[in-house]
Amino acid sequence: MLETIDLSMINWARAQFALTAIYHWLFVPLTLGLAVVMGIMETLYVTSGNEFWKRTAKFWMKLFGINFAIGVATGLILEFQFGTNWSNYSWFVGDIFGAPLAIEGILAFFMEATFVAVMFFGWNKVSKKFHLASTWLTGLGATISAWWILVANSWMQYPVGMEFNPETMRNEMVDFMAVAFSPVAVTKFLHTVLSSWIVGAAFVIGVSAWYLIRKREKEFALASMRVAASVGLFAALVTAATGDKSAYQVAQVQPMKLAVMEALYEGGTHEPLTVVGTLKIPEMLSLLATHDTEGYVPGINNILNGGYRLPDGTTALSADEKIKRGKEAIAALADFRKAKASGDETAAETALQTLDENMPYFGYGYIKDTKALVPHVGMMFWAFRVMVGLGMYFIAFFFLILFLSWKKRLERVNWLHHVALWTIPLAYIASHAGWLVAEVGRQPWTIQDMLPVNAAVSKLDAGSVQTTFFIFLVMFTVLLIAEIGIMVKTIRKGVE
Amino acid sequence: MIRKQIIGIYRFYRDGFREMTWGRILWAIILIKLFVMFFILKLFFFPSFLKGMNTEEKQEYVGTELINRMY
Repeated sequence: MLETIDLSMINWARAQFALTAIYHWLFVPLTLGLAVVMGIMETLYVTSGNEFWKRTAKFWMKLFGINFAIGVATGLILEFQFGTNWSNYSWFVGDIFGAPLAIEGILAFFMEATFVAVMFFGWNKVSKKFHLASTWLTGLGATISAWWILVANSWMQYPVGMEFNPETMRNEMVDFMAVAFSPVAVTKFLHTVLSSWIVGAAFVIGVSAWYLIRKREKEFALASMRVAASVGLFAALVTAATGDKSAYQVAQVQPMKLAVMEALYEGGTHEPLTVVGTLKIPEMLSLLATHDTEGYVPGINNILNGGYRLPDGTTALSADEKIKRGKEAIAALADFRKAKASGDETAAETALQTLDENMPYFGYGYIKDTKALVPHVGMMFWAFRVMVGLGMYFIAFFFLILFLSWKKRLERVNWLHHVALWTIPLAYIASHAGWLVAEVGRQPWTIQDMLPVNAAVSKLDAGSVQTTFFIFLVMFTVLLIAEIGIMVKTIRKGVE
Repeated sequence: MIRKQIIGIYRFYRDGFREMTWGRILWAIILIKLFVMFFILKLFFFPSFLKGMNTEEKQEYVGTELINRMY
């Protein structure tokens, strides 16, 4: 019974997952972003034969190596937590979650381990072209790993390609391609990976700017800034485009997330987009959410009360109706299992039919109060604005760096060097704000509409989760301090 | 031929590790981290909650849990 699940256990399990995910995501975007920048630099070396680019690429590879070494395997801790803290979830998702994670693990190990070794050990041992291929394949390996993780995450936000088996209590994959290439997964992949390139680009520009402030490594810094700004500008533009696509998909499959992002309580047609406060862009929200300025966008209260027309022509159910149907689904599941145990196939068939009819609302059966269906509005509203605001800033920032580089004035604009240095933390803030929007915005669901957190969590004592929470806090903080310390030392040493 | 390739790969890694300078500390961090993760955290703090149950028992346990949590 729910009363036996301590609510603080749910919160501690969520906090622990959030903590480890946040720390893990400090390492991942830099790996993905730096891989592209150093790949381009080595390509310039191989195509031009200019040793300058080799030295430049090797320096950024060194920082890549530090980040890679400290960050590697930190994501495995998230997988530990599934089996311990989220055992109902782990069993319920079945092979849908297991398959992408297994592919990710194998790929990450073989591709990254092989090519990282060639990249670091092979400078004087393999041909230039083979080394270059290894550098790119290291980045590609990390990117493909990210793909499978994001496929798993996207399935939780938009569960497709599976059927629930009430006998095994697991979701079984019936369409691998639907899971692996769901539109939500494709958009999420592009948005997340390209935004990681922004982190890498901002990092390279920031570190290079530090050299300019210190009047060191001038040629190296200016060249690095030029390459990184090109990557950054491209990435920032694609991130903006995929962000638009993502908002449209959220409107279709997670309308509550969009409503809380906008703090929109009462929706309607011709909905404006709130910038901040009373500053609004007329009809923009309707356009973003429906690709029509007259499109109807439901607000939080509309979604809870239902009764509006959905894009497929049906009428939206209220939260209470969904909860009722969810309870019918769970009761039918109980009847099915009872009938199966007693060998009553007719009763089992009837129960299965009821379960199938109500399965889209299964998770609502665990919702005790409709307020639980509304994620934290303030956090979502501001996290979204921080992400989008910084996204626009990055476009302007990278453009300015490129423009000044083209005009050969980059070296002289001192204030911009300081801005560039402070843009490094801003890139991380934007990246994490994006994850806040994605993950806080889907609460209370671990799997959208199918399994809320209170049903997914293990029946554990909160004390044990608290203990490991603080162990992780200490462990990750030590790792982060080590990363920053070694990186700062390497940066201070300069290009060799 | 295959033997030669294996020896070549072995030497590649061996020489790579021998010639490492700043990489040594990173390897030390990686190994300590993996030890802590797999031999301390996983073994003592993160046992599988459904460990010790066979497939049928897991189905029964999760089924009962998910039905009872509705109430």
